[in-house]
Amino acid sequence: MANQKYLLVCSGESCDADKNHLLQEALQREVAASGLGATVQVVKTGCFGFCAKGPVVKILPEETLYVEVQPSDAAAIVQEHLVAGKPVARLCYDQQQSKLHAKLEDIDFYQKQVRIVLRNCGVIDPDSIDEYITRDGYVALEKVLFEMTPEDVITELRKSDLRGRGGAGFPTWRKWEFTRQVTNPEKYVMCNADEGDPGAYMDRSTLEGDPHSILEAMMIAGYTCGSSKGIIYIRAEYPLAIARLKRAIRQAKEYGLMGDQVLGTDFCFDIEIRLGAGAFVCGEETALIASTEGSRGMPRPRPPFPAVKGLWDKPTVINNVETYASIPVIIMKGGDWYARIGTETSKGTKVFALTGKVKNSGLIEVPMGTTLREIVFGIGGGIIGGKTFKAVQTGGPSGGLIPEEYLDTPIDYENLSKLGSIVGSGGMIVMDEDDCVLDVTKFYLDFSVDESCGKCAPCRIGGKTLLTLLDRISKGTGTEDDLAHMKQLSVAMQRASLCGLGQTTPNPVLSIIRHFEDELNNHIQDRHCPAGKCTALVRFEIDPEACIGCTVCARRCPVNCIAGDRKLPHVIDQERCVKCGACLEACKFNAVIKS
Amino acid sequence: MGAMTREELQAFRAQKQRAVRAQREADGRTTEVIIGTGTCGIAAGAEVALKAIEDEVAKHALANVVVKRTGCMGLCASEPSVEVVKPGMPGILYGKVDAAVGRRIVQEHIMNDQLVGEYIFDKPAADIMQ
Ligand SMILES: Cc1cc2nc3c(=O)[nH]c(=O)nc-3n(C[C@H](O)[C@H](O)[C@H](O)COP(=O)(O)O)c2cc1C
Repeated sequence: MANQKYLLVCSGESCDADKNHLLQEALQREVAASGLGATVQVVKTGCFGFCAKGPVVKILPEETLYVEVQPSDAAAIVQEHLVAGKPVARLCYDQQQSKLHAKLEDIDFYQKQVRIVLRNCGVIDPDSIDEYITRDGYVALEKVLFEMTPEDVITELRKSDLRGRGGAGFPTWRKWEFTRQVTNPEKYVMCNADEGDPGAYMDRSTLEGDPHSILEAMMIAGYTCGSSKGIIYIRAEYPLAIARLKRAIRQAKEYGLMGDQVLGTDFCFDIEIRLGAGAFVCGEETALIASTEGSRGMPRPRPPFPAVKGLWDKPTVINNVETYASIPVIIMKGGDWYARIGTETSKGTKVFALTGKVKNSGLIEVPMGTTLREIVFGIGGGIIGGKTFKAVQTGGPSGGLIPEEYLDTPIDYENLSKLGSIVGSGGMIVMDEDDCVLDVTKFYLDFSVDESCGKCAPCRIGGKTLLTLLDRISKGTGTEDDLAHMKQLSVAMQRASLCGLGQTTPNPVLSIIRHFEDELNNHIQDRHCPAGKCTALVRFEIDPEACIGCTVCARRCPVNCIAGDRKLPHVIDQERCVKCGACLEACKFNAVIKS
Repeated sequence: MGAMTREELQAFRAQKQRAVRAQREADGRTTEVIIGTGTCGIAAGAEVALKAIEDEVAKHALANVVVKRTGCMGLCASEPSVEVVKPGMPGILYGKVDAAVGRRIVQEHIMNDQLVGEYIFDKPAADIMQ
């Protein structure tokens, strides 16, 4: 006979496995004792990302969520809920406690996520236009074409207060309004799918999972701004996204949703795909335009802005993938609906690629105003292996590190910039005690220096100089003057660089000077790297008292720099040691000392 | 399907939506197995899991099972992910599905209405489109 009910006992790696096991057994016992064994299945599940309230029990199909459940609660759950059909009130997760709940009546927030951009990702078959249409796909386009004037669309976007998700957070309605107001028979709508930040994959996932939402939004932009030509600029490294976009374009044309006389109206729109070679700077809008025109991808000074003089010198709207993906929902549900989500200055949701030392890495979408702590320790489930949190990096090479003391900051454009970072495109990398802030910052600087197009001196020379100074500190030869020098250089780069790349390259450096002065001073004054990542400052030695001469370390050493006879203490040749730490891991007698 | 007018598109959408609703009812006929095949899912082995599931479905000659692809479900730490929607049963999201787990899902969940514990994950968010 079929099961009618399922009791899910959440037991991720973060939970106390023994306790969850006891709970599961207790539930199973109670179910069997009450004679429900044939229709109720008790199962242990993976992590539900709600660890702060664990252990969690969820009952399906009714989706009742019980939190902080003890084995002693098993009888109540089975007797009251399953037998008598009345939920156990004292164990229920009180949704009113969620401060967000008051804002959006109809959504259950215990998961902390709200999926607007990702509404169809992981739900529909991206290769099927029928599935997109079934989930109200192209309803927004219909509504715009048949019921709204371009001014109406702008008004709705203005109400929504949507700001560009490509990094700068510029109000989308303004950009569209500027373009709309310019009289020109030829205008362009571009989608920026260059996504070059290390650690970011939000746009790729959106395009791979829901390509039609981008096409629909670009057509809405076309109708609103008076353009009949769209171009998606996407990096060639995204072959799956490109294939799915191409198929989506073909399908939309076949259905009369794109091309001449869309849905029988006078509106015509066509979309073309341009492949980028993967240079970070080509994500900057003027460089992107240059690259699309076939020139070398280098930025130019603004103004004139693309809205006035863009692709082929024609008025051009450029938006990010995530910005576009939000638009059909704003049109369908209204700008007011959208503006109820988020904070005073930043509305709606933001997608983040949550990675690094966090248990539940994932592609997440949260309302603006969610705190960093809710993301890292709630959705993310905290730090892997019980280590200590050190910092969270947002904004990639243009952002910075945010330390523990600011974890309760609600995320929005203004708040993160006050902390010396940025929301950016949405990479979010969590770091623990084993990560060195200097080492991480060197990585980002190295990236920015590599990706600098070389056109302007502040970025080209400034970036390189900053990297040299950082490198010096990481080798133990830095001075306090170097810190002052870096600050001065950073300000010059911020003020004088031609584009956002050079202007934001110093951000990671400034953020560690601001938030991690102690750790920098460890490197400068004590010539010590607390995380043990800066290899020049680390030393591995063998304690002759503890070493029994088992030879394991010598055999494990990749550069054969450990010598010693069997049963006699071994010695590491410091000249040749590459500080990989293999000996430390290999030694079973704690004889290898890292300092 | 050729080029549509607004009315045709609306009729088409309404008909599809009715079909989906009917299917999800207890007397619906088809079980849907939906597998996340974004770049990340594929890299984690989604294609292997997909083949195993299809193979197991064929082996047991299960006529009313469709295996579908979707994009990223967002569970990067637990890829590949698979959702199973069987009429009359709650929709279940599985993570860390390799070939063996894929086969178990077919045998236990689809054929016997028993969930495959430990691989069940929570849906990340409520559906705003409902
Ligand atoms: C160096 C650099 C790289 C950028 N890379 C991207 C990118 O990959 N994707 C993106 O959408 N915007 C990127 N931008 C921002 C764009 O210049 C532009 O602001 C954005 O595409 C506008 O879209 P939005 O208003 O929807 O955010 C980058 C900017 C700079 C300075």
